[in-house]
Amino acid sequence: MSKKILSEKFYKEIERIRPRYPTNQALLLPALHLAQKEQGWVSGEVMDEVAAAIDIPPPVVREVITFYTMYNLKPVGKHHLQVCTNISCALMGAEELLGHCEKKLGIKAGDTTRDRKFTITEVECLGACGTAPCIQVNDDYHENMTADKIDKLLSELS
Amino acid sequence: MPEIIVSKFFYNKEAAPLSYYKAHGGYEGLKKALGMTPGAIIAEMKKSNMRGRGGAGFPTGMKWGFIPKESKMPKYMVCNADESEPGTFKDRAIMTYSPHMLIEGMAIGSFAIGARVAYIYIRGEYVREAGILEKAIEEAYKAGILGEKVMGSDFKLDLYVHRGAGAYICGEETGLLNSLEGKRGEPRVKPPFPAIKGAFGGPTIVNNVETLAAVPAIILKGGEWFAGLGKFPNSGGTRLYCVSGHVNKPGLYEFACGAVTLRELIYDHCGGIRNGNKLKAVIPGGSSAPVLTANELDIALDIEPMMKAGTMLGSAGVIVIDETWSAVKAIKRITHFYAHESCGQCTPCREGCRWMEDVLHRILDGHGKMTDLDLLLNVAGNINGKTLCALGDAAAGPVISFVKKFRHEFEEMIRNETNALNGRLSAEQGKV
Repeated sequence: MSKKILSEKFYKEIERIRPRYPTNQALLLPALHLAQKEQGWVSGEVMDEVAAAIDIPPPVVREVITFYTMYNLKPVGKHHLQVCTNISCALMGAEELLGHCEKKLGIKAGDTTRDRKFTITEVECLGACGTAPCIQVNDDYHENMTADKIDKLLSELS
Repeated sequence: MPEIIVSKFFYNKEAAPLSYYKAHGGYEGLKKALGMTPGAIIAEMKKSNMRGRGGAGFPTGMKWGFIPKESKMPKYMVCNADESEPGTFKDRAIMTYSPHMLIEGMAIGSFAIGARVAYIYIRGEYVREAGILEKAIEEAYKAGILGEKVMGSDFKLDLYVHRGAGAYICGEETGLLNSLEGKRGEPRVKPPFPAIKGAFGGPTIVNNVETLAAVPAIILKGGEWFAGLGKFPNSGGTRLYCVSGHVNKPGLYEFACGAVTLRELIYDHCGGIRNGNKLKAVIPGGSSAPVLTANELDIALDIEPMMKAGTMLGSAGVIVIDETWSAVKAIKRITHFYAHESCGQCTPCREGCRWMEDVLHRILDGHGKMTDLDLLLNVAGNINGKTLCALGDAAAGPVISFVKKFRHEFEEMIRNETNALNGRLSAEQGKV
């Protein structure tokens, strides 16, 4: 295998959590989360390195990773805006908010700004329906969102 | 004074640490349970009439009782913290404010079924909540509540947090188990049920967060006490109702099972509909539940009464829709979700959900035909009951109910060739 992309920290963490599971494959989701945390996304090379690190066949990684929506299979911006438009958020104006984000950043959902600062993704229910509409930026939830709050948030992030 | 169990510490920012929880009666249930036999704990759970709070409403004590006493494979206790049913946000609050209540419930459950390893499978998006749980687990290990000798007893328990990665279907218990094993989260063929063959091939119990969080109180105060809180037979305790949508005061409300009707919840507790608008529709149990109209509000919020009314209490995610919103647009958004989340294993669900979405899209786009309404019912009817897991039914039921109860709205949209869809499906354009 070519030069390692993932850090020592990644390998240490894998060894730390390995005893938690009776199979190697059970390490796959945690390993992919760790890899994405480091790289921002999961490239083909990283998938192969994850497979080697937890000792499972590389095709299994590809088979599994494509089932889940949270693993980025292409690079995303520094700030990943994940806008929920599911029913409870939609009832509270999520689609207008998504439109507002798109207009503000000059990109459509699914795209990344040229400066690689922002990516917008339309996502399904985030489990914050009582404080809808909700936008998740990277790991953080922003609830009871309005166009004004988005403007403020975007200016703080850029 | 209404009984409050799982929401006891809600919105109290100091409540999460172990010291606070212990100072307020925490881990007394586990202490008591460790002095009981596993059989006696399961008997108490059966007596409590606790029915699973995740959506299916299966009696928890009976589920625990399915675990074989002797097993060559290790047994597992798994907490379903995937909380992905649209309209549901209760487990997140429990994990935020009472992580130790969940840990205590899991420890009692693990002891009762003979599990030595337990996992909390939490949806990937709940990064903060996973962190809170990790911290609480660390505290519990340090205090001797988890680990080699649980509270000084001979019972050994390891508890781990396992994060999902974005997939609604992983809330289905066998999809969840596949995901825990590092596989695609596709539901399994049942039987065998998880109690016989679950995680890593071992007997496994999968319980919802709210279900497990109520366990310490049940053990401490007794199954009979818990059962007595419920207003209907065979359904004990309290539960959290998650109210979202067009009410003045959305949020979480804990009441004894069946003590409050849908009308009382919306008008007495949630302050009625926003802007003094009229109510149009209510989805009472998460987006998978068939819709109710404004004339169907005098139904007690419990499993049986909702079933009798042709819908379900599900995860108690009450989604309220007012008169300013189009019923067609609402069901289109819901159907889009199921089409997106169908795992693709069963043809009726994989193809049917997409077809239903396409037909609904066409109606919103001003190109609908009157025959589309029967077509929707036909496709939905061919999904219902014909799939491995409940996702198919969850997609079909709402479509059938919306078409039947709001047929006039669909017809009007088709007749007028209303184009409620111009590029993006915007709420403004979808308004009636």
